[in-house]
Amino acid sequence: MSTEAHVGRLPATEWDGGALPYRVGHRKLGMWLFIVSDAMTFSAMLIAYSYARVSSDAWPTPFPFYPSIIFSTTMTLFLLASSFTMVMAVRASAHNKLRAARRWIGATMLGGLTFLVLHSIEWSHLIHEGLRPFRLAGEWAERWPQAPPLFGASFFAITGLHMFHVLTGVLYLGVVALRIKKTRHEDVEISGLYWHFVDLVWMFVFPLIYLMSVDFTPGAGH
Amino acid sequence: MAEPEVTAETPAAAEEHAAHGAGHGAHHAPTGFVRKYIFSIDHKVIGIQYLLLALFSVVLGMLMSILMRMKMTWPDHAWPVLGWLFPEGAPGGVMTPEFYLSLVTMHGTMMVFFVLTTAPQGGFGNYFLPIQVGADDMAFPYLNMLSFWTTLLGLVVLVSAIFASGGSVIGPTGGWTGYPPLSAIGHLLNVPGQGMGVNLWIISIAIFCVASLLGALNFIVTLLNLRTKGMSLMRMPLTCWAWFTTAVLALLSFPVLLAAGVLLFLDHNAGTSFFVPGGLSNGTTVIDHSGGSPILWQHLFWFFGHPEVYIAILPGMGATSHILSTFARKPIFGYRAMVFAMFAIGLLGFFVWGHHMFISGMSPLTGAAFSVLTLSIGVPSAIKTFNWLGTLWGARIRFHTPMLFAIGFVSLFVAGGITGLVLGQTSLDLSMHDTYFVLGHFHLVMGVAAIFGMFAGTYFWFPKMFGRKMNETLGKIHFWPTIVGVYSIFIPMHAMGLVGMPRRYSQFYEMLDGKLVWIYNFNSPTYPLIQFVSWAAIITVSVQFLFIFNFFWSLFKGERASDNPWEATTLEWVTATPPPHDNFGGRVPTVYRGAYEFGVPGAPEDYVLQTTPDETGPNVAYADEAEGQGRGSSNGNDVHG
Repeated sequence: MSTEAHVGRLPATEWDGGALPYRVGHRKLGMWLFIVSDAMTFSAMLIAYSYARVSSDAWPTPFPFYPSIIFSTTMTLFLLASSFTMVMAVRASAHNKLRAARRWIGATMLGGLTFLVLHSIEWSHLIHEGLRPFRLAGEWAERWPQAPPLFGASFFAITGLHMFHVLTGVLYLGVVALRIKKTRHEDVEISGLYWHFVDLVWMFVFPLIYLMSVDFTPGAGH
Repeated sequence: MAEPEVTAETPAAAEEHAAHGAGHGAHHAPTGFVRKYIFSIDHKVIGIQYLLLALFSVVLGMLMSILMRMKMTWPDHAWPVLGWLFPEGAPGGVMTPEFYLSLVTMHGTMMVFFVLTTAPQGGFGNYFLPIQVGADDMAFPYLNMLSFWTTLLGLVVLVSAIFASGGSVIGPTGGWTGYPPLSAIGHLLNVPGQGMGVNLWIISIAIFCVASLLGALNFIVTLLNLRTKGMSLMRMPLTCWAWFTTAVLALLSFPVLLAAGVLLFLDHNAGTSFFVPGGLSNGTTVIDHSGGSPILWQHLFWFFGHPEVYIAILPGMGATSHILSTFARKPIFGYRAMVFAMFAIGLLGFFVWGHHMFISGMSPLTGAAFSVLTLSIGVPSAIKTFNWLGTLWGARIRFHTPMLFAIGFVSLFVAGGITGLVLGQTSLDLSMHDTYFVLGHFHLVMGVAAIFGMFAGTYFWFPKMFGRKMNETLGKIHFWPTIVGVYSIFIPMHAMGLVGMPRRYSQFYEMLDGKLVWIYNFNSPTYPLIQFVSWAAIITVSVQFLFIFNFFWSLFKGERASDNPWEATTLEWVTATPPPHDNFGGRVPTVYRGAYEFGVPGAPEDYVLQTTPDETGPNVAYADEAEGQGRGSSNGNDVHG
C-alpha cells in the first residue's frame, strides 16, 4: 500500500462540510423547518376536526352559498391576492428596488388585515347567531338534532389559530417593511416564505371547514 | 408563536459564518458575570444550564418515586415529616390515594420532559454537537438561549403546580399521559388537582413544546450548515447522528402534542368537547359535554408519545456507540448500519403509536398493523445491539467508568427492549396492559437505559467540560450498586405484572387490627417482591447521591485533565480543555477521516484524530502542525495509569 492511501482525503461536494448543502443560509433553512413543524400543528388540528366530524352521527352544514360562502370566498381572495403582492415584494427586493418592495409589503399587510377584519365580522356574526365553542347556534341545533356541539369548537379553534398566524405575519411583515433598508434580500424572502405558508394553510382550512359545510337546501340563506 | 428570527449575527457575519462553515468572530467572549453565566449565548454554558436544570428535576422526580414506594409498601404507616409538609395530602403523615396519584403524575412529567428529553439533547447535545462538527457555536445562539429560558419557564410552571393544585395533592392525578375525560372535566366533579393543577400542567407542557421545537430547529440547521471542511455526513460521530435524528423527531412530534394540549386546554376552560363524550356522570353531577372522543386524545398524544420514547433513548445510543468504540480501542462495528438503524428507528417510531392503544377498542386489523410495525423496530434495534457487541468482540477494553455505564446501557437496552416484543403483540398486551409489566419494561428501556447513557456521557465528557476528571473509584462504586439496583427494582416488576398487579394503584394491602389484609387476593404472592423493590429503590436512590457528590467534588478537587485524556479521535478532543469561547481558539479544524479510527495499521498511535491528514504521521490538530508536535499526541498518556 502506498503512503498515498493513508492520507485522509478532503471530499469536495457541498455535503462534505464547509459549505451550505442546500445553498440556503441558516435563517432560511430555519424558517423551512419552522414551517414543517407548524404544518404538523395544523395537521393535528385538522385531523382532530376530521376525526370528530367523521365519528359523529350528524354534522351541521350551515353555510348557505349566499352570504356565507360568497363572504368567505372574498376573504380567501384577499389572502390569495396578498400572496401575489408578497411575490411582487420579493421580486422588487431581488432587484434592489427597496421603495417598491416596501410598498408591495404594505399591500400584503393590507390584504392580511382585510382578511382579519372580514374574518372578525364573520366570527361576530356567528357568535351573534348563537354559535359558541360549547354549543351550536339555536337554529342549527333544531335542524341537526343529532349533531354534537363540536362545530363551534373546531371552527373557532382552527380559524382562531390561523388568525393568530395571520396577525403574527402582519406584524412580522411590518417589521420587515420598516427595516427594509437594513434587511438583506434573503430576510425579505424568508418573511415571504412564512406568509405563503399561512396562506397555504388557509387553502386546507377553507375547503375542510367551509366548503364541506355548504347548505345545499333550496332557498337556504334567505 | 415566536418567529425563528433571532440570531446573534449581523447579516454580514452570518454570511461569512455560513460560507466558512465554522467561521469565527460571530460574537465575542462576554465579560460580565450575567452575560457569561446566566444570559449566555455560548452553547457550552447553555448546555451546562440544561444539565443543571435536569439534575434539579431528576432529584425531585427521584424523591417522588421514593414517596410512592413508601405509600405502597407501608400504606398505613404515619411519617410525621410528611404530615408536617403536606397536612392535607398526608394527614397525620399517612399519604392519601389522591396524593399518591399526583406523585405519579408529577414524577412522570418531570422525568420524561425535564430529564429524559432535556439532559441528553439540550445538555450534552448543546455542548458537544457544535464542537464535534467543528463549529464555533450553534447556528442561532440567541434562539438557543431562548430555548433554555423557555424550558426553565416550563419547569417553573410545572413546579408551581405543586403549590397551586390545592393542599391535598401536588399536581394533577391523571398521570403524565393526562388522559381525558378526567383531565378535561375532573374539575367539574371536584376531583383534587384537576382544576388549577391541570391548567398549569398543560401550560407547562405547551411551553416545553415550543422550547423543544426551537431547540430542534437550531440543532438541525447547525448540523446541516455548520459542519467544518471535510466533515462529511458519514464522518460525523454517531453522537451527532443521534442528536440530529432526535431533533428531527422532536421537530415533527412536539407540535402535535402542542395542538393536543391547546384542544385539551379548551376542553378544560372553554367548555369545548373535543375529548369528552356525552352522558358522563359521577352519580350526582351530570357533565354537560357531548360528542367528543377520549380516544382522539390518545391518538394525538401517542403520535407524540412514541417518538418521545426515542427522543429519550437515541442520544444515549449515540453516546454509547461513541464511548464503546473509544474504550474498546476499535472502530465502531458497522458505522453505516448504525446510522441507518438509528434513522430506521426514528422513522418507524412515527407509525407505531397505536400499540399504546391496543385495549382502546381499535379494530383488530388496525391492531395487527400496529403490532407488525412495532415488532419490526426490533430489526434496527438488533442491528445496533449486535454492532455494539461486534465493537466489543476481541477488544482490549479499558474499563473506565464511562465504559462501564456504556456497557450497562447496552445491557439495560436489551433487557428492557426484549419485553417490548412481548408487549407489542396485541394478544399478550390485552392482559399485560396497565400492569407492572409495562412499568418494568419502559422504566428499563427508556428510563434507566437513557439515564445510563447520561451517566456514561457525564463521566466521559466531564474532563472536557470542566478541566478535571471525575473520581474513578467513586465512579466505580457508583456503577455497581446502580446496575444491580436498577435490575433489582425493575425485573421483579415484570413478575408482578404477570401476576396481574395494576399500575397506578396506591396500595394493594392494608393493616386491619394489626393483620395484613389484601385488597385483591390474587396480588398476595407479590408481598416479598413489593418489599424487595422498595428497599432496592431506596438503596439505589441513596447511591445516586454519591454521583452528585462526586460531580461537585470533582469540579473543584478532581484530577486535572489533559486535552485528550481518553485518547479519543473526535473534534472535542482536539481543542483545549475546557474549550475556549469560540471552541477552537480562532482556528478552524479540518477533518480528514472518519470518527472512529482506532488501531489503524501503520499509524504511530492506536488512534488517529479526525484532523490528522496522514495517519502514518503523528496526530495533529491542524494540518500545518504536521511538522511540529501535534496536540493529540503530546498528551493522553495518563489513561494507562
